[in-house]
Amino acid sequence: MSLTAADVAEIMRLVEESHFDEVTLEVDGMKISLRRGQGAAAAAAAVGVDAGAGPADGAAQNAIAAQRAGTAIATPAGPSSAGSAAASNPNAKDVTSPLLGTFYRAPKPGAPPFVEVGSRVEEDTVVAIIEVMKLMNSVRAGVRGTVTEILPADGTLVEYGETLLRIKAG
Amino acid sequence: MPIRRILIANRGEIAVRIIRTCRELGIETVLAASEADRDSLPARLANRTVCIGPSRPTDSYLKVETIVQAALGTRADAIHPGYGFLSERAALASLCEAEGVIFIGPTAAQIEAVGDKLRARAEAEAAQVPVVPGAAVESVSEAAAAAARIGAPILVKAVGGGGGRGMKRVDRLADLPAAVELAAAEAGAAFGDARVYLERFVASGRHVEVQVLGDGAGGAIHLGERDCSVQRRYQKLVEETPAPGLSAALRQALHEAALRFVRRLSYRGAGTVEFLVDRDSGAFYFLEMNARIQVEHPVTEAVTGVDLVAEQIAVANGDGLRIKQADVHPRGWAIECRVNAEDPEHDFRPSPGTIREVSWPMAEGIRVDTHIAAGSRVPPFYDSLMAKIIAHGPDRATAIARLRRAIADTRLTGVASNLAFQACVLDDAEFQAGGVDTGFVARMLEAGPKQMKARHG
Repeated sequence: MSLTAADVAEIMRLVEESHFDEVTLEVDGMKISLRRGQGAAAAAAAVGVDAGAGPADGAAQNAIAAQRAGTAIATPAGPSSAGSAAASNPNAKDVTSPLLGTFYRAPKPGAPPFVEVGSRVEEDTVVAIIEVMKLMNSVRAGVRGTVTEILPADGTLVEYGETLLRIKAG
Repeated sequence: MPIRRILIANRGEIAVRIIRTCRELGIETVLAASEADRDSLPARLANRTVCIGPSRPTDSYLKVETIVQAALGTRADAIHPGYGFLSERAALASLCEAEGVIFIGPTAAQIEAVGDKLRARAEAEAAQVPVVPGAAVESVSEAAAAAARIGAPILVKAVGGGGGRGMKRVDRLADLPAAVELAAAEAGAAFGDARVYLERFVASGRHVEVQVLGDGAGGAIHLGERDCSVQRRYQKLVEETPAPGLSAALRQALHEAALRFVRRLSYRGAGTVEFLVDRDSGAFYFLEMNARIQVEHPVTEAVTGVDLVAEQIAVANGDGLRIKQADVHPRGWAIECRVNAEDPEHDFRPSPGTIREVSWPMAEGIRVDTHIAAGSRVPPFYDSLMAKIIAHGPDRATAIARLRRAIADTRLTGVASNLAFQACVLDDAEFQAGGVDTGFVARMLEAGPKQMKARHG
């Protein structure tokens, strides 16, 4: 048995509704660490495939911190990266990678992608994940709108600041 | 399997230096650059550059997982860490070991053994290498007891520190408790390790270090020594090889002590064993070992003709030591001066900015290692090293004269530099006589800042 994206979303919803600040869950070789953020909507998630070793716990916690720092950078819509798309269309927004890692469009191989071109997204919609040494960092849209373009191929290396998606705001 | 592609986890002149050797060897290079360094010279010279994060080192150059991910994602066989940043972090070496990426450097266990000053000291003692009289302390009362044994003046050091950071000199034992408390607090904040140790301060000491290469199986050779006594606040400014004025017996004793130390560790790769040579007694003491390529390695290359980066790569590749001790024949004298973006007239404060124009010297026996060209930026996030000018000649006087002319021929505008100060060092009679101690620069600054300004300002 393994978890689907819907399962993870459901777990996140349960944590959000609970009075717990932190949950670590291990299911069949997959480890999920959830921690509630300071803000109401900031429940951050890091999903890590368990490397089978004890220290993975500490590493997962670090990943949460890293991921939150990453989203904090990505959410204000990267003024430098937004430039190119914004120049031609004031409603267009680039979603850039908050860190260097492997770009994945889906939560796991074979699962449906988080978004397709044409998908409607909210600001906190997860649109991709970036893997750094087996730790998955989710990337959020940061804006409400429609996905117009997805640039990197699934499973390829993306750099810090590289444009991942274009979204037409509105 | 030979190394075909190397990820360089560094920036600045050392990144350019590593790329130069890789090109020579036909090895592809991937530069892991921060946002501030995307358009740097090494980024243009590397076969590929990947941006690993924002400018601040903690968000980019110091991220172990990101560096290894970058190597895996670009299918690099090996990582060269350069100096500084992650070069002496056991965490990078061990993650490389776990992921099957070759770390061009020692093993994680060796980095740990020499990175902790107390362990390194114990290893030195076990290898019959003399150490400065001293003791580790965990409380102020322990410190007082140890200090009474050692005797003033005393140096208080951070166990986890390096490069002179976190060191305090105590001349009167009454000042010791305050100094120990401050050093412990600073060490805790800077290195996450509040342990300190005390050692006797040698009033007039020279910093002499031995360059070594180990095969990782107990075999090791040395490539002579370097004198790095021209320092300001423990930051080296001018380095030379050989160390002037040492007796043949002392020189040989230093080389042999360094080899005993690295053989005991079965050290792998290039490293430097640092010693303090007491100018009064001629005794020498182990200071620490640097488990990486050093900033000042080019002077050794100049006199030995050995490409140290190429040998690092060879050892990492499993080729072992390609040079025998009997093949090392240093020739002539080499001196290096560091060109830093800092302002000697304002207490050497850093001077980041954009280089307007630059013209590096070209002459007989001159080598310049740099990443700076016209339009280059000196970001405020990193150290201020812009270049190293290395002069080689048949003897010390010729090397000094060549370096002095090379400094005069250098044009650099847009940021402040320490070039005029370095010219003063080379012109100084005590320096020219050779064998200055580590207090030389401080005395020079005290004696004649006005004189310096008049001559070169």
